[in-house]
Amino acid sequence: MRVGVLALQGAFIEHVQMLARLGVQPVEVRLPEHLEGLNGLIIPGGESTTMGLLAQKRGLLQPIRDFVGSGRPLWGTCAGMILMAREILDGVPGQPALELMDIAVRRNAFGRQVDSFEADLVVPALGEIPFHAVFIRAPVIERVGAGVQILASLEDGTAVAVQQGHLLATAFHPELTRDERFHRYFLELTK
Amino acid sequence: MEREVGTETVKRGLAQMLKGGVIMDVTNAEQARIAEEAGACAVMALERVPADIRAQGGVARMADPEKILEIMEAVSIPVMAKCRIGHFVEAQILEALGVDFIDESEVLTPADEEHHIDKRKFKVPFVCGARNLGEALRRIGEGAAMIRTKGEAGTGNVVEAVRHARAVLGEIRRLTTMADEEMMTYAKEIGAPYELVVETARLGRLPVVNFAAGGVATPADAALMMQLGMDGVFVGSGIFKSGDPVKRARAIVQAVTYYNDPKILAEISRGLGEPMVGINISLIPEEERLATRGW
Repeated sequence: MRVGVLALQGAFIEHVQMLARLGVQPVEVRLPEHLEGLNGLIIPGGESTTMGLLAQKRGLLQPIRDFVGSGRPLWGTCAGMILMAREILDGVPGQPALELMDIAVRRNAFGRQVDSFEADLVVPALGEIPFHAVFIRAPVIERVGAGVQILASLEDGTAVAVQQGHLLATAFHPELTRDERFHRYFLELTK
Repeated sequence: MEREVGTETVKRGLAQMLKGGVIMDVTNAEQARIAEEAGACAVMALERVPADIRAQGGVARMADPEKILEIMEAVSIPVMAKCRIGHFVEAQILEALGVDFIDESEVLTPADEEHHIDKRKFKVPFVCGARNLGEALRRIGEGAAMIRTKGEAGTGNVVEAVRHARAVLGEIRRLTTMADEEMMTYAKEIGAPYELVVETARLGRLPVVNFAAGGVATPADAALMMQLGMDGVFVGSGIFKSGDPVKRARAIVQAVTYYNDPKILAEISRGLGEPMVGINISLIPEEERLATRGW
């Protein structure tokens, strides 16, 4: 099994290492031809504006849309989630994005870096043990479309993990923890 | 569901999100927007870029909060700001303003010639410059969440950044071949905390993100630092002191992503206009070299 990690900017090495630990062959994706033969793709955390511009510049946006259109799963963490959203609130006007998932996300929804936090999150799809989630200048999901399932929310009801068929998005960073459950959950979608 | 803020994980985590990116020095809202539109992963809010600090002389201090707020208002990407080495009150002010990262920087005139800031006391993460492994691990011991080479800021000359990167990475390579019993003596020799020496040996890299800084002026310079093994690049005077800042900024952002692809590097290096005028390090008197500040 080969799973790609978009390696334009951000914390892609952390995903690569996690995939390798799970016995999957990770592939760093920087150009459209790197998508060939992959079973799934992860878009990491980083700056969504930076990644969007680089993806647009090298003609990666449409090939990733086609990749998803062919039924292969895509997971975005933090900035990756922003790139997947149909609607971006507090974004930079004209910010290039994939616009694949029927959600509206707000960038930097908790404030600035001093408001970044860690918290234990209840994620029923992963079992009873809470998932320790790391939120870094994180976005939140403010609206979900009809086909979108909410996997986890904060205590105030704000959605922070969602799934729409083979599309997965989390506002936090499972790749910064030692907890492999979200990565395993994503790998299940490739089957 | 208790929320913990200001933890080591979230501080080091923001640095991890900056990897593979370019952090650009900006002195006003317009430059900040240009940097964001060019794909910078963060900006450094300054009153003067290092080349001007070098040219004008005098005591260089933290920027006016008004200036920093103007830049924070203008962009959605993280905003960093510099305080003087050892000036923990400037750091407190920057934290109160809500900057996302503080650079305890040798580019400003040091406020303490013996001590750096105890960075563990802050919720906001810090980045510090280092010329060698001992200096890097001392800063991490004080709580730095990110390290950068010092290079020689404001010169447009990458030679010092290369020297510092090679020193840190070379020392780490040596460390990974050492027997366990050699590490205490090595820690003593380089003046670094023993636990961090052991951790670095085990990881085969610094425990925090490590950027290049100080003298990067071209896409080739940026790619050189990446190929040497740096996690990302700061560009100070190199962009807004050049002939065509927009084009150069875009090119350097791409160079950091495609650092291993000479064909793409050749394509993006074409027709960038005049780079900033460089300075030969040997012509700078010892006492005017910024990299020697910090202890």
